Amino acid sequence: MTARTVGVGIGADQLDTTDMVLNIGPQHPSTHGVLRLRLVLDGERIVSAEPIVGYMHRGAEKLFEVRDYRQIVMLANRHDWLSAFANELGVVLAVERMLGMEVPQRAVWARTLLAELNRVLNHLMFLGSYPLELGAITPIFHAFREREEIQAVMEEISGGRMHFMFNRVGGLKEDLPAGWIGRVRHAVATVRTRLSGLDDLVSGNEIFRARTRGVGVLTPALVAAYGVSGPIARASGVDFDLRRDEPYLAYGELADVLRVVTREEGDCLARFECLLEQVHVSLDLADACCDRLDELPQGPVNLRLPKVLKAPEGHTYAWTENPLGLNGYYLVSRGEKTPWRLKLRSASYNNVQVLTELLPGCLIADMVAILGSLFFVVGDIDK
Amino acid sequence: MNLYAPILVLGGIALAFGVVSLVMGALTGPKRYNRAKLEAYECGIEPTPQPIGGGRFPVKYYLTAMLFIVFDIEIVFLYPWAVYFDSLGMFGLVEMAMFVAAVFVAYAYLWRRGGLEWD
Amino acid sequence: MTDSGMQLAAVGFGTDVWWLILLKAVLIFAFCVVMTLFAIWWERKVVAWMQMRIGPKYTGPQGLLQSLADGVKLALKEDITVKGADKAVYIIAPIVAMVPAFMAFAVIPFGPEVSIFGHRTHLQLTDLPVAVLYILAVASVGIYGIVLAGWSSGSTYPLLGGLRSSAQMISYEIAMGLSFAAVFLYSGSMSTSEIVAAQQDTWYAVLLPVSFIIYVVAMIGETNRAPFDLPEAEGELVGGFHTEYSSLKFALFFLAEYVNMVVVSSLATTLFLGGYLAPWPITAVWEGANSGWWPFLWYFLKVQAFIFVFIWLRGTLPRFRYDQFMKIGWKVLIPLSLVWLMLVATVRALKNEGYEQSRIVLWVAGGVVALLLLSILWDAVTPNRDEEADAKAAGPEPFDPMAGGFPVPPMPGQQLPPVPRRNVRKPEPVGAPAAAELPADRTEGEA
Repeated sequence: MTARTVGVGIGADQLDTTDMVLNIGPQHPSTHGVLRLRLVLDGERIVSAEPIVGYMHRGAEKLFEVRDYRQIVMLANRHDWLSAFANELGVVLAVERMLGMEVPQRAVWARTLLAELNRVLNHLMFLGSYPLELGAITPIFHAFREREEIQAVMEEISGGRMHFMFNRVGGLKEDLPAGWIGRVRHAVATVRTRLSGLDDLVSGNEIFRARTRGVGVLTPALVAAYGVSGPIARASGVDFDLRRDEPYLAYGELADVLRVVTREEGDCLARFECLLEQVHVSLDLADACCDRLDELPQGPVNLRLPKVLKAPEGHTYAWTENPLGLNGYYLVSRGEKTPWRLKLRSASYNNVQVLTELLPGCLIADMVAILGSLFFVVGDIDK
Repeated sequence: MNLYAPILVLGGIALAFGVVSLVMGALTGPKRYNRAKLEAYECGIEPTPQPIGGGRFPVKYYLTAMLFIVFDIEIVFLYPWAVYFDSLGMFGLVEMAMFVAAVFVAYAYLWRRGGLEWD
Repeated sequence: MTDSGMQLAAVGFGTDVWWLILLKAVLIFAFCVVMTLFAIWWERKVVAWMQMRIGPKYTGPQGLLQSLADGVKLALKEDITVKGADKAVYIIAPIVAMVPAFMAFAVIPFGPEVSIFGHRTHLQLTDLPVAVLYILAVASVGIYGIVLAGWSSGSTYPLLGGLRSSAQMISYEIAMGLSFAAVFLYSGSMSTSEIVAAQQDTWYAVLLPVSFIIYVVAMIGETNRAPFDLPEAEGELVGGFHTEYSSLKFALFFLAEYVNMVVVSSLATTLFLGGYLAPWPITAVWEGANSGWWPFLWYFLKVQAFIFVFIWLRGTLPRFRYDQFMKIGWKVLIPLSLVWLMLVATVRALKNEGYEQSRIVLWVAGGVVALLLLSILWDAVTPNRDEEADAKAAGPEPFDPMAGGFPVPPMPGQQLPPVPRRNVRKPEPVGAPAAAELPADRTEGEA
């Protein structure tokens, strides 16, 4: 075996070869966005990797400071464009907690339902795009067909397909339309029956398994060291899910439906399986929410707010289990109509940092497999 | 006419097509100069200087290439043997079995030594 | 001329008048180009159907002219020669890739003897005593185009793509070549027309199923198509060897790829599926199936079937990783084809010696079973080297900061153990908090 006997960069031997420096991104098909990785290559093997973030930095946190609380919701739902509803949720939860608001039951359950549907939308996106990065061009269309089912009910209720803007401080924008719950049930059932097809097409494929099994193994220690969260952390055996461990919304009452999906392997396949399994769990949760919403009496879904909404002086930290991981808002208020500071802790930012540890020693092809399996949204990294 | 001449005719047509295409491509397309456009593609980043033409870059395939030569020569021996197999009889079979076994030993050795592990 | 060359000349090869040769060459060239345009459209249609889309629709009937329109569009695009390129090689590379692909068609039999303007001639440009070897040789030249394109672009992605394609070519050509040998054993000739003629009774795909499968795998590898499309893996190397090419130079690479697809499909048809001979159920009911121009239809349909397989695979499978791909080539296909070849040779030799059919089958089956038992035994007693190697490749060796009893800096490729950010300010013994502690150390908000 020719191993790297000459070593890399040690001494200027005649036979020594220079390492190649390769920039993956900011415009590279597998970074779906503008993430940049600076790789040092020895042949096709990666010697070192450095994620360079910030190409899409929009100063969200600074912009929060000059928006009132109603406007912030609109800004906040943009950083992770695949989980807009969950992003809004963190902000309104923080503000409601500061104001000591009690949100109507009906709104709480509707929010839970929408958050889970949003999770399904997000996961289906990655379930489709990940095989695409590994060279299978078909699954994404199947994933998008399922997405379309859910997308339709989300669109019906909010008018938006990506940035739903359905949360308001104190509840939801509007009440649920008549018959909507039935359509949600139908969409959920349709997606559930078709999911097994996607499962067979992708995770049943020998090549896919060979590409992902044992690749990019993330240890629980690394998960803890880098603050990795969400399905990626759970795929490494870190059994932590805010929906169960610090219930918000109605998750406390859904404890018997909510299964926290974990895997022990920590490799790309485990991450993919985690995501797939979570879709099933989310669909079950959505069904449970539908059942509950049917039982609930009609009533308001929001509270009347003063014309100028001011959070009292103080600070709070609201965190939610976003589809991609922990999403936290640290809200500091000086009693004005804008926050003094609203710190955003986004999941993808922490999740991609671990690439520095995962990539060295891998092949370029593995890089794509690992990058894709970290399920990130560039807007969520750069904020 | 020679058996080989038609090949050259076909090759000539293909070559002519290729050259005409290249010239056409150079003539029909627009030419708008832009310094950035002529840079090598590296995902939108100023390319890092590469050791092309200059220094060396690690190519891990040369063992494979040598192996290839061994096997390719084997194939060259196999073809005439296969074509005249029927007239060689049992002798041909035994002879080739010995040759293949000899090559196979080298192959097995290489496998055991890890020459077929790709880096 | 050699003996077999004389034979070929005797059946009418190399005796055509000059205008007939020119006509046939032009027709073959046109056939290739039309097939390319058609294959691109067909691929887009089939993949679209698999993905619940419609595919090209508006250009021409059912979008048939879509690829022509794309070609015209490419011609109207700017022809860029990047700054770092080695100009001469960069410009020649597309031609080097394309011309051999066409030249391989010279010996592909499209049909038997037909009459064109009153002249009896074969539906084949020419035939050589070493026709299949010639195709192998020409195909290898075509790879030069790809390697040179990658190298001369003066950019990293194409360079990696070019290197991959050279490694890929040399790995799969051996398996390909070995699978041919079994065919020659049966046909006793390397001339394509004679190989087709020898399959009058039974196709070699039936007689030599293992060779056929090996060839089909190898031919997909040779043409850089999914799931072996590593040289142009768009998710990894962006475009691979043709990243820096634009305009008609790029179109030539595209043309080369599709013509190569047709070439390998034609070769598979010729060597294993009876070439232009009509398939079995048709010959049973229709006497004239193998006369006149009909054989060209059978040839065309068989090639289309292969092209459909190419498209089908592309629509279904993810891409192999480089080392897995090489593993299949070197550790599976090559030994398998060698063993199979010797097996076929043994059976045939025994048959020639006049042994009974059932005896031969018995012996061979016994030998195969014995070999299988041996290999199972071997696997049982030796530790799995592959797994060891995989474990080694999984990551660089852990860095030991006190190697040999004194502190050392990390070697290149080694990494310092992870240092959590939070501990940077207050130097504590480095150690990541256990996973279970994670929820505990969050910032607690005020209720």
